[in-house]
Amino acid sequence: MKYSIPQKELMNPGHLACQGCGGALSLRLVLKTLGENTILTFPACCWSVIDGPFPYSSVKVPLFHTAFETAAITAAGIKAGAKKVEKEYVNAVAWAGDGGTYDIGIQALSGAAERNDDIFYFVYDNEAYMNTGVQRSSATPKGAWTTTTPTTFPKAEFKKDLDAIVAAHYVPYQATASPSYPEDLTKKLEKAVKIRGFKFFHILAPCPPGWKTNPEDTIKLGKLAVESGIFPLYEIENGEKYTINMPSPKKDLKPVNEYLTKQGRFRHLKEDDVKTIQEYVNKRWEKLKRLAGV
Amino acid sequence: MSEQKVIMGNHALSYGAVTSRVQVIAAYPITPQTQVVELLSEMCADGTLDAEFIKVESEHSAMAASIGASAAGARAFTATSAQGLALMHEMLHWAVGARLPIVMGNINRSMAPPWTIWSEQTDSLSQRDTGWLQIYASSNQEVYDSVLIAYKVAENEKVSLPVMIILDAFFLSHTSENVTLIDQKDADRYLKPYNPKYRLDIKDPHTFGGLTGPDWYMELRYKIQKAMEDSIDVIKDAQKEFKEMFGREYGLVEPYRCEDADTILVTMATAASTSKQVIDELRDKGEKVGLLRIRFFRPFPYDEVRKYLKNSKKVIVLDRNLSPGAGGIVFQEVKSALYNEPVKPKIYGYIAGLGGRDITVNTIGKLFDDAKNSEPADIKWMEVKI
Ligand SMILES: Cc1ncc(C[n+]2csc(CCOP(=O)(O)OP(=O)(O)O)c2C)c(N)n1
Ligand code: SF4
Ligand SMILES: [Mg+2]
Repeated sequence: MKYSIPQKELMNPGHLACQGCGGALSLRLVLKTLGENTILTFPACCWSVIDGPFPYSSVKVPLFHTAFETAAITAAGIKAGAKKVEKEYVNAVAWAGDGGTYDIGIQALSGAAERNDDIFYFVYDNEAYMNTGVQRSSATPKGAWTTTTPTTFPKAEFKKDLDAIVAAHYVPYQATASPSYPEDLTKKLEKAVKIRGFKFFHILAPCPPGWKTNPEDTIKLGKLAVESGIFPLYEIENGEKYTINMPSPKKDLKPVNEYLTKQGRFRHLKEDDVKTIQEYVNKRWEKLKRLAGV
Repeated sequence: MSEQKVIMGNHALSYGAVTSRVQVIAAYPITPQTQVVELLSEMCADGTLDAEFIKVESEHSAMAASIGASAAGARAFTATSAQGLALMHEMLHWAVGARLPIVMGNINRSMAPPWTIWSEQTDSLSQRDTGWLQIYASSNQEVYDSVLIAYKVAENEKVSLPVMIILDAFFLSHTSENVTLIDQKDADRYLKPYNPKYRLDIKDPHTFGGLTGPDWYMELRYKIQKAMEDSIDVIKDAQKEFKEMFGREYGLVEPYRCEDADTILVTMATAASTSKQVIDELRDKGEKVGLLRIRFFRPFPYDEVRKYLKNSKKVIVLDRNLSPGAGGIVFQEVKSALYNEPVKPKIYGYIAGLGGRDITVNTIGKLFDDAKNSEPADIKWMEVKI
């Protein structure tokens, strides 16, 4: 039997995201499961704009826009306040970009994770600062073009392993997810809503203007990222119990080539560069399998 | 029954928060503020206070957490000092723009470097343009009472702005004084539970702080200024009701022997208490001198400042703060308040007591001597060794 995602829509059409925005689709899917008893907070990121200008909004739950580096703690503050004021249980949700998570917001994120604040933290990771016009973040992958890592000198460093950093806080639940796999995302959300404490979701969110890709390729790219092991889908419980959801640990990974060549941000890469990336992906995949005991 | 307690200024803040039934506290330790939050965390732990305490990892987060809690509709409290307040700067603006009635204690401490922990008002005066109401207290009783008054004013729909209650480091924060604590039942009659018109309500969802262009932003700023102006009457009403219920009287300013004074000293916080002694001594010698203590620095009490100063001949402003390149901050504001008066006093700006140096009876005596025998200047330094 096919697993179905909820019919409910808590996001309106008419938002301001670009066509093919993985970040917009991701929140739409997330709200379907979290439901009405949800309070959102966005730090500065594309979603500060996507939601629409005052007095419009694209979400049908309360939303508080907050400062760039404060997503986690604003959600924790909302949770504490709602606990005193609301009779019903509230999902306090921080929804942040990779810049607001990996870089400027990592202190507040670590604080909330260490305290095990009862919130959801979602990073929709488009692998650069898109709102300000595609600058590199510590989530930008090695070799990628951004406006601060030009093709003559592309990003030299590998992507920061934020999931490992979060796992080092031994939070009750964390997962990677993708808008290309709505059922997997929904299942994980359904599991997470039952958990009290810190819940962390890392969503890879393709971004056509930032990745220089075709809007119609967004879903395909999300799938290729998973199938090639660049962005495997997995869960970690209490920082220790790893479960790989996709791709199958028993099968060979797809080569990274197809994922990379579909994106303008990697167009300048030479054969050797692709080889380096492939080796890195293989190494990390082996490590993940070891952690998951497969 | 009200209760007498001998407590330090920092604990007067904590007890003020307890009597105000704060619901969420988020704070980070810094000398000389630590006792404020230590006592509150003890009280949360032993159940004296039914509040959520978020032990944040920085002051920036302390303010962000207070903002989140307040936006959710809870009464939020925090406290900090100097470096912590400076770190909060971005979020101080946020609390104002979001119109959240948070109350915060700030213990005035000089800014580093060099490392220092002693009193100076430059930390809080650097935040004067954020839109927080600012109360500079001069006794522990005033600190305690001001917490209740602050929530009453902040949560008034006409105001909906945060309030900072400011204590001189050590001179007030660590000095023990007798404080009358208000009976909880009476306090509850004075300060009703926080019940905001707008909050993050799952039954009535709205978006707060969304992208706003030039077509509306200015109106929002206008409304903040209007709220500040309207807060003057709200403060007066809140303080009048306070006096009626608890007998203690507070104004926007505190005049002392100003009636027929030729020369009036203007200052804030504990320097004002020391000044009273000097005023009395000079009065005994037949000199017509008075004191005007500014209690509310924001909203700036223009009417009161003009009323008390315009008929004097000389105004001496004593600033325990410095805006480098300009001078004393209170001096600048007092001077500008009097500019359009048809007849104006001469105004002397003195800087003293920076970095926690004592402002003694002697220091203040010297100000009066100097002003008597010299022409006014925008900046005069007291007791500088170079
Ligand atoms: C303190 C602060 N510094 C810088 C900015 C400017 N700024 C706004 S959004 C942004 C980048 C956001 O990147 P990310 O978190 O990845 O979200 P995205 O825009 O990619 O969705 C920056 C640098 C800001 N708003 N606040
Ligand atoms: S720039 Fe990228 S992340 Fe931002 S709205 Fe467009 S597609 Fe979405
Ligand atoms: Mg980004």
